[in-house]
Amino acid sequence: MRADEGHDDEPLLRVRGLTKHFAARGGLVRAVDGLDLDLRAGETLGLVGESGCGKSTTGRMLVRLLEPTGGRIEFAGRDITHAGRRALRPLRPQLQIIFQDPYASLNPRHTVGRIIAMPLRVNGITPVGGIRARVRELMELVGLNPEHHDRYPHEFSGGQRQRVGIARALAPGPRLVVADEPVSALDVSIQAQVVNLLRGLQRELGLAFLFIAHDLAVVRHLCQRVAVMYLGRIVEIGDRAEVYRNPRHPYTRALLSAVPDVTRLGPAGRIRLTGDVSSALDPPSGCRFRTRCPNARDRCAVEEPALVQPDDGAAAVACHFPQAGPLDPEHGA
Amino acid sequence: MRVVGRSPGQLAWRRLYRDRTAQVSGAMLVLFVLLALAAPLIELAYGIGPRDQFQDRLDASGMPLGYAGGVSGDHFFGLEPGLGRDVFIRLVYGLRTSLFIALTAAVLSTVLGVVLGALAGYLGGWLDAVLSWVTDLTLAMPFLVIALALTPTVTLRFYGPRDAVPAAFGVGVLIAVFALFGWTGTARLVRGQVLGLREREFVAAARASGAGLGHMLFRQLLPNLWAPILVSFSLAVPQFVTGEAALSFIGVGLTEETPSFGRMIYQSLDYLQTDPAFVFFPGVTIFALVCAFNLFGDALRDALDPRSSR
Repeated sequence: MRADEGHDDEPLLRVRGLTKHFAARGGLVRAVDGLDLDLRAGETLGLVGESGCGKSTTGRMLVRLLEPTGGRIEFAGRDITHAGRRALRPLRPQLQIIFQDPYASLNPRHTVGRIIAMPLRVNGITPVGGIRARVRELMELVGLNPEHHDRYPHEFSGGQRQRVGIARALAPGPRLVVADEPVSALDVSIQAQVVNLLRGLQRELGLAFLFIAHDLAVVRHLCQRVAVMYLGRIVEIGDRAEVYRNPRHPYTRALLSAVPDVTRLGPAGRIRLTGDVSSALDPPSGCRFRTRCPNARDRCAVEEPALVQPDDGAAAVACHFPQAGPLDPEHGA
Repeated sequence: MRVVGRSPGQLAWRRLYRDRTAQVSGAMLVLFVLLALAAPLIELAYGIGPRDQFQDRLDASGMPLGYAGGVSGDHFFGLEPGLGRDVFIRLVYGLRTSLFIALTAAVLSTVLGVVLGALAGYLGGWLDAVLSWVTDLTLAMPFLVIALALTPTVTLRFYGPRDAVPAAFGVGVLIAVFALFGWTGTARLVRGQVLGLREREFVAAARASGAGLGHMLFRQLLPNLWAPILVSFSLAVPQFVTGEAALSFIGVGLTEETPSFGRMIYQSLDYLQTDPAFVFFPGVTIFALVCAFNLFGDALRDALDPRSSR
């Protein structure tokens, strides 16, 4: 595997003001609307938010499956915002994606060996010892029996298929893997196995991970840093411990309070949000969360809060009136 | 016990193998193809060529002697009235002509349809708009009328009105006309399939890995298109067999010296009342051929997509 090339000060991935607008009936859907993100080599960042907040769109823009409407994506110091296939060629092997649906993400007419070898073949990479040896090595790495390389996806279970998808992403030796809800399509009993596999691989190979999820428990298990998205924006980003222990944005607090916790059953600490997520066709003025925020004030409708990084190393939060203190006294990270 | 992995193709092959309709129609197709391929050998064994005339077995008005158009141990399907040529060996050679034209035209039109349909479906945008427009335009043209107008015009372009047109030229023109008109169905089918496949994540996975257009079309998409392509191919062949017969029948297809189903049926109609056997043998052969292809195409569709209901 590639050694970490160690740009300590320079982030591996730098995203500034990223936007993606989709034309829809009745106007523009602002799926992602001004997103800033930094990811250092070997770091794991969890991107959480509810369905439709733009987190998958963000992931797909990062691997150039979607064309950003605006903003800037830099990977390994190079601007890849609108890079074409040829320009991306040297970077492709370093930037891979794992998909959500292990049934749709594997070509049903290819053997798993061929699926895993695909990124090597299209990039013209011949590993030491040949492609077959590399495929066997990868299958072992993700906990599959290498003897099964000539089987077809329909002969595997969902968890095994997702392992194939992971092996494919790891094949060219990436430095950054975007994992787009890699476990949400799996049975709960299988989720833990795959999450543990991802965590082990991340540590073993020193990968940077952008882990997109709506499951806060999974992110907490896997990620050093957490970013919370709401309606195409990041509302809070910081170290896992900070965000989980002292959530400051009202949306983060509501989200965290909804995590089922066996030590805290019952509605006692639950913050209930009312109303639906506003439409990305016509986002609210000022703060996008104000329509559902329990402590919204006049200023929230007028002025849009910026994502401010405090000096004390706490999480950056985009809120005029950030809250303080743990969510629940007996509920620590 | 080791569980042996089976590819989707192998599974389909097993279903096809167990299907009674597919067995019978497949066996008939194999027989027809063998007959067509072995035509010179059959001529050798039969001892009669397609141009040999047996005037001595015709009566004074040119009708074959004997029953059922002169069927005998020497002439299995009897003789042609007038020229006195052997019907059986002319059918064998006619099969050769028909299958060659139909299969070549089907291969050409399928390749054209798959490439154009896959490009339109995968790339979308203006290319899709242009190709769809061309498809609609082609579909809107009445095939027979255009073929009727086009074939003599093209022939006159290369040969004078009194020149002898070689048989191969007529065959070539027919194949070109079929390919030119036959690709639209396949193109539409493939385009629709690709539109569905394009949204699947394995396509996105290949794109995210930096795969180029060739890899996307031929490695990722094409293996998932074999089923509809095979079915449309197997249904296109009988269409071209009857198309060739129809064009030869109305006189724009093949010339006299090339044995062909269409020409035989065309000639035989004059003798419908006096020598019905002459109509019967070519008619039944072309019916059996087209029927076998259609049944096999249906069985193939069932085997390749077991979830589809009829």
